[in-house]
Amino acid sequence: MDFEDTPAEAAFRAQVRKWLEENAPRGREESDGDELGDRLTRDALAEARAWQAKKAKAGYARITWPKEVGGLGGTPIQQVIFNQEEAKFGLGANTPFAIGLGMCIPTLMAYGSKEAVARYVKPALYGEEIWCQLFSEPAAGSDVAGLRTRAERQGDHWVVNGQKIWTTGAQISDFGILLTRTDPNVPKHKGLTMFFLSMKSPGVEVRPIRQASGASGFNEVFFTGVKIPDSQRLGEVGQGWQVALTTLMHERLAVGGGQGGAIDVKELLQLARTLELEDGPAIRNAAVRERIADWYVRSAGLKYTTYRTMTALSKGQQPGPEASIAKVVVASKLQDLSAFAMELEGEAGALKGGDAPMHGAFQMGWLSAPGLRIAGGTDEILRNIIAERVLGLPQDVRVDKDIPFNKLPTGR
Amino acid sequence: MNFDFSEDQKLLRDQARRFLSGKCSLKTVRKVFEGDHGYDRDLWMAIAEMGWLGTAIPESFGGLGLGHLELCVIAEELGRALAPLPFSSTVYLFAEAVLLAGSEEQKKACLPKIATGRLIGTFARAEAAGAVTPKSIRTAFRGNRLSGKKIAVADGMDADFAVVLARANDEPGERGLCLAIADLKGPGVSRRHEESIDPSRKHAEISFDNAPAEPLGRPGEGWSIANSVLDRAAVLVAFEQVGGADACLAMAKEYALTRHAFGRPIASYQAIKHKLADMYVNTELARSNAYYGAWALSTNARELPLAAAAARISATQAFDYAAKENVQTHGGIGFTWEADPHLFYKRSRELALSLGPQRSWKDRLVSQLEASNA
Repeated sequence: MDFEDTPAEAAFRAQVRKWLEENAPRGREESDGDELGDRLTRDALAEARAWQAKKAKAGYARITWPKEVGGLGGTPIQQVIFNQEEAKFGLGANTPFAIGLGMCIPTLMAYGSKEAVARYVKPALYGEEIWCQLFSEPAAGSDVAGLRTRAERQGDHWVVNGQKIWTTGAQISDFGILLTRTDPNVPKHKGLTMFFLSMKSPGVEVRPIRQASGASGFNEVFFTGVKIPDSQRLGEVGQGWQVALTTLMHERLAVGGGQGGAIDVKELLQLARTLELEDGPAIRNAAVRERIADWYVRSAGLKYTTYRTMTALSKGQQPGPEASIAKVVVASKLQDLSAFAMELEGEAGALKGGDAPMHGAFQMGWLSAPGLRIAGGTDEILRNIIAERVLGLPQDVRVDKDIPFNKLPTGR
Repeated sequence: MNFDFSEDQKLLRDQARRFLSGKCSLKTVRKVFEGDHGYDRDLWMAIAEMGWLGTAIPESFGGLGLGHLELCVIAEELGRALAPLPFSSTVYLFAEAVLLAGSEEQKKACLPKIATGRLIGTFARAEAAGAVTPKSIRTAFRGNRLSGKKIAVADGMDADFAVVLARANDEPGERGLCLAIADLKGPGVSRRHEESIDPSRKHAEISFDNAPAEPLGRPGEGWSIANSVLDRAAVLVAFEQVGGADACLAMAKEYALTRHAFGRPIASYQAIKHKLADMYVNTELARSNAYYGAWALSTNARELPLAAAAARISATQAFDYAAKENVQTHGGIGFTWEADPHLFYKRSRELALSLGPQRSWKDRLVSQLEASNA
């Protein structure tokens, strides 16, 4: 048991570090954006594109992809090593290309035509074109297969009407993969079809959503009579659900890059050292110490769980199911820890930004935490996933299983 | 990164699991739980024969000389099986104390006997309800004689020897404390069985009346040696707790899959699924913290006190949660004497308290954080 790289890993790390030292942009300020990625400024986007292009040229943009499509033909552990080293330069977190390269393009590579692969993969890899994923809808969140956006065939193209929501990065995206309902007369999973389209197509309208935290990382996307050529269909008609599962399977392995600057025990400890409570310094208060310890063991537990996952990758094994627990732990910890820190701050805890202690770090955490507990699978859905896929417990009873989609009762 | 046990260590874990599932079923646990004996003697001799007791004892003292990582994988399996043995008292506490602070003679006298199952040891700290602090220690050790009373000593009825935390002189705080090894079958020692929440480990009140004993380590170092021993034991007990939590999850899962209510298995209800998912999450976090503790223990790392406290708190929380929610998942049957969940419920609490409660470990943990961030 040790924490050392293998000789091959150490050599790769040295190679990456040398390249980063020579190529990484310096002097960037750390982003203090919302947990879910605030809207990028024009400058920040240009910087991100330039960095992405540099990485792509060197083969580092997608290390595990084959060399033919611009990758390095490397291993998952090499990707983790690159992420770790990149993070040391303040780079790589919250990139606008993650969804495209992590989910959309792999789906395109699996189901798209040769021509489509030749046309779209490289510009995405170089950060020239940004992709988004258009799955969720107002009435189809956790139950995404219940979506209602209609695609109807008209000759050699399809006409799309409907609405998507929670689309990260839609406002800066050039293309998107779009899951639609093509047959409402069959049960919900069987009537779906996947497409990709230009976000500049006539009839596509993107409206940013202002989140409860005040930031706007998500969008609503409206489709009014949008025409998509049949050549942009991914997979067979009615096979959209299987295609979507491929997309979700390709979700990027969230290891190695850390938790992106979210506040944690270290900050709470720092706060507790500076505050006075009724009976003296907060750090000497037994109740405060108990809570710090509680959150520390959860943070440390996650950190060392990541080490276990990396060990599996390093040995060329698939990571075990323990990799699935992170978000359930992180989101609620952020919410509880932030609220507790605000309690310690007393009446000043209600302040925000520069007027609050530690520049409002805990207020920011508390404001964004509800979103973190919902985005990318709610805490409840994630527990279902752990229960079903890890522990092998039965699925919920599906009352909608064999009923045609257009006969299902609809609530709100 | 190689943050995992080796193939040999995993093989040892599998062997231990197979052996215990054959020789230490919950029926075996129940025999001790419901009987007068403090432990299962046949099982004790069987594991001695396999060398488990001497896993981390050097070969020069009659052990296998493997190491603490090997002891960790065995601990996990003993915890999973709720093994009714004075293993933790003897191996994690007594033997570790002797290894850490004993003289050459003391090691020669004790360790080979431990390795062969001929010496049961324990560790006696508490004297009254409440926190164990330097001030709370009144048992006196003067002129190689012990006088005083210790309570809630785990496996105290069966132990041959005890390491006793005692007061060597009148210097204030921890400077006046020392450790002594006492022969519990010698003159001046009397024991009384104390009822406890987990009768699969028998507890004792031990009184010393001018009982002969010998010093372990130097006077004035008693408190710090005791804390080092507790750190080491905390990691090992954490593996027992992780094993116990894992067993609860497996038991709850099996029951939930077979028990039907309202026309379907209760495992298909989210209230149950989410409970079991939380058991899994807590147990995995605890396992990862325990692994880090194992690394720190096996390498004698500077981080050991922090790693040990984190491992202990995490594992205590995981086993507590899994044990009580396993009872809950079983419903009414889970609260009967005949069903097994209460065996784990009781062991989980016993382990949560035996090395000192969470409150004191949390305080230690934060002290370590303060020191490392100074």
